[in-house]
Order: sequence, then structure tokens, then C-alpha cells
Amino acid sequence: MENFEPKIVTFACNWCSYPAADAAGVGRMQYSSNIRIIRVMCAGRINSSFVFKAFELGADGVLVTGCHIEDCHYLFGAKQTVHNYDKIEKLVLMLGIEPERIRYEQISAAEAPKFARVINEFVADVKKIGPSKLKTTPAKSSNS
Amino acid sequence: MFLDKQLKEKIKKTNALACLECGKCTSVCPVSTVSRKYSPRVLLTRALRQNSDLLLQEYDLWSCLTCGKCEEFCPADIHYIELMQLLRTQAQNSGFDGKCSHSGALQSLQRIMTTGNLNQNRRAWITDDLEISDKGDYLYFVGCTPYFDIFFTDLQLNTLEAARSSIKILNRFGIAPIVLPNERCCGHDLYWNGDTENFKKLAQLNAEMINASEAKYILFSCAECLSSFKNLYQQQGFTIHAQLLHMSQFLNEKISSDELQLSESAEMLTYQDPCRLGRHLGIYDEPRHVLQHNNSSHYRELQPSRKQSLCCGVSGWMNCDINSKAIQTKRLEQAHETEAEVLTVACPKCQIHFTCTLQDKTLNTKYPIRIKDIATITLARMI
Repeated sequence: MENFEPKIVTFACNWCSYPAADAAGVGRMQYSSNIRIIRVMCAGRINSSFVFKAFELGADGVLVTGCHIEDCHYLFGAKQTVHNYDKIEKLVLMLGIEPERIRYEQISAAEAPKFARVINEFVADVKKIGPSKLKTTPAKSSNS
Repeated sequence: MFLDKQLKEKIKKTNALACLECGKCTSVCPVSTVSRKYSPRVLLTRALRQNSDLLLQEYDLWSCLTCGKCEEFCPADIHYIELMQLLRTQAQNSGFDGKCSHSGALQSLQRIMTTGNLNQNRRAWITDDLEISDKGDYLYFVGCTPYFDIFFTDLQLNTLEAARSSIKILNRFGIAPIVLPNERCCGHDLYWNGDTENFKKLAQLNAEMINASEAKYILFSCAECLSSFKNLYQQQGFTIHAQLLHMSQFLNEKISSDELQLSESAEMLTYQDPCRLGRHLGIYDEPRHVLQHNNSSHYRELQPSRKQSLCCGVSGWMNCDINSKAIQTKRLEQAHETEAEVLTVACPKCQIHFTCTLQDKTLNTKYPIRIKDIATITLARMI
């Protein structure tokens, strides 16, 4: 699979991983341009529907990033993320989607190098396994 | 412009033009009884007369539970739920949709399953004490319960318990059923939400796999799966070369042939008629025979029942709102009034919806009633 450029959806929380992405940009750190960052107020908001929707619409990988447990801006949001991600992972694996296609990372606002590293690692992993095998006809309307 | 010619032709087939505007449908509709705003009669008249796409953007278009109660009482024999399905298809094609419960996760899941070369890991729930095989006369169609089991972990309800019990029952009769490693969602929800295109893809995949297995009997724990296989697949041109049976029908057959002996139940039971099993398929007696067999003193009828039964309040993971909660609360209250300890269900959706309402701390539903599948109860009673 040469020249395969995966499409990767990255969810980033407003308080930690998104500022980390910002700082990585300001610090001119090089990381793969295959990601599309979607900012959410809290990674605890991310449930299986976000991830399924991304795969349904043709994403090759989904990366969920949020605060470290102790750093959560909303105190319990990061715990919720861990809880939700556990379910997401089980469901995605049950569907037969390769485990390499999803990842969860806790990245604090100060960890810009970690953000860049995680993105590069994840993109390399997805490149190795090739494009997503899912062929779906998404819903015609936007809100389902 | 609203209603293209093709759709108008299809609407004629639902007999909608025969509407007498008597309002019988509205008076029996479970949604109308809890919501003053919702009226099946008004929706139908608007579908026939209004020449705009306003109706397609209507929230209420997705509130119909397609439970079929209106059809039972309609004097003009209108297939109201088919009309709803047609309107929803049109709405989806025009880019409108209802409010999907659970942020549309389950709809996405179903659409992902339309992929042909999917390699699911869906048989992990089959523990060592359950016997399955790759060939045989019986096939057990699990449905989406393995997914529900993970999705609804927070409700602490074990939807797979019904599947495990069913297989244990079959094993007791010396049957090791086939469980397909890659079966798909039956497509029920997508069909009734108007996504006919993806429904057909799922139906095609399921029909191919099941026919290739050469099983003679397909057993279901889910009323929705059975109704799609029996009614919708046929109607859409997918033939299944096997006899389709709900677990309650299988159990009833075994009771009739004296192969199954049941002890008296330790708990007081009552039974919720799933709309798909009852009104859609006419299966009312079999589950009752199973529950009442050797157990008449421990069974109470949940009123209203059979044709008049109240549905579990949500259909197709769509529009789970205040109306749904009101219907569920009402039904749980009725179940509580029977003084039964266990509400028996024959559909995982009923189990999920009622458990959700029962555990909702904001609702006044602290009834000491438990919700169990018919297979689980019967397995415990087997001698």
C-alpha cells in the first residue's frame, strides 16, 4: 500500500490536548498532516457514536485525546472518558475493526512533544495496516 | 413540492385514501394517550393533502412507534405504519431525520454492518458450557444483543443472558445450534427509520449466510428480528429457506409434545406483549402457554394485553423523549399493579427500555419488579 495517506479523526479536549496541539504548532514541531482535529469541550463527551460515525464516513483511524485523570478541568470528565473509551474499544473490536485503528491518549496542555509523537506513531500504525475495509452508505441526513 | 408520483402510488397501496377521519387511531395510539400534540389522524391527513415538505421536517413523523395498534382498530383497514415508513424514506431522502437516541451510535453500528467483508468477533459470549456447532438443523439468530450487552453495561442488564439461556435450553434437548460468526443486524431499525437502502444490504447478507448454512429452523430471542425475517424480508424479495420460530414458539411446541416439563415458578410472573411479536406476527398464545404451563397460580395477566397491549415506548432507537418515558412509566405501573415480581419480556428492546426507566432516578418508578427474558425464566423452571 504505497502512497496511502490515511484519514484520521482526532478528538481533542479544549483544556489539555487541544492546547497541546496548539503548542506543538507554535513550537514548530513536525507531525503528520493526516489528522483532522475535532475540538470538544471535554473528552468525556466522546461516546461510541462519535467513533462509529467517523468510521462510517470513511475514517481510517480514530484517536481520542484528553486530560490526565488528575488534570481534568471538570474534575470527573477524564474518568468518564476512560469509562466511555472502554466501551468504545470493546464495540469497535467486536465489529472486527483492527485494534490499530483506535487509540486513546492522555495529553496535558504542556505535552506538545507527546502530542506530535502520538500522532506520528498512530499515523504510522494505520499506514501499516492500510485503508479501512468498511464500505458504507452513510445516512443522507446530517443529524443521525 | 411534496410527494412525488411514485410515492403517491405507494401511499395508495396503504389504503390511506380510505381514511374516514374517525380518529380511532388517535384514541388508541400509545403516543397520543400521553401527548396531546401527537395525532396519527392529523399526520395522515397532512400527508394526503398538504403540498409542502413541512411534514417531512416534522418532529412527530418520528414519534410513531410503528407498534401497529392503530391498524388493529382502524375501520378502514389502513396500513398506517407502512405509510409512516414511506414518509420517513422520503424524509431521509430529502435530508431530514428524527432525533436518534444514543446520538445515533446504534444507527451507525447498523450501517457499518452493511460492509460485505466484515470479520466480527461476536461469539465471545459463548462460554465453554454452551454447545454450538457449524452444521445442523437448528440455527440460533442472536441479533444485536452482544453489542447491546456492552453498550448498556451502565444499566447493569445482561441482554446476553437470554441468548445463553436459549442455547442452554436447546442443549438440554440435545440440539447444538449453529451460531453464525458474522451475522448482521436484521435491519429492522433501519427499515422503520426509512433507510430502506441499507436495510436491503443487511437483508441480502443475512439471507445469503442463513441459506448457505442449510439450517431447517431458525430460532430467535428477539421479536424484532423475527418480524423482519418473517414479514420484511419476504416483502422485499429475500427468501429464507427455513422455518422461522421465536424461542417461545419452540418451547410451546416442546410442551405440546410432552418433551418439556416445567416446575411451578417460584415468582409471580406477568408478560409484556412485544408489539412485533403480538400485533405484527400474531403470536399471543405461545408465550402465555409457556408461562402458564403448570404455573397458573403464579401468572397474572398484564392489562391491557394482547392486541390492546401497550408497547415499550421507543422504536428503532428514535425519538426517545418525554412521551416514551411516560408510556414506559405507565406500563411499569400497570405491571406493578398485577403484584407480579417478574415482568417477562420476549424482546431485548423491551428489556432495555423498561430497565432504563426502572432505574431512572428522576422518574417515580421505584417498583420492586424485575425484568427477565422468557428463555431465562423457562430455563430456571425446567425439570
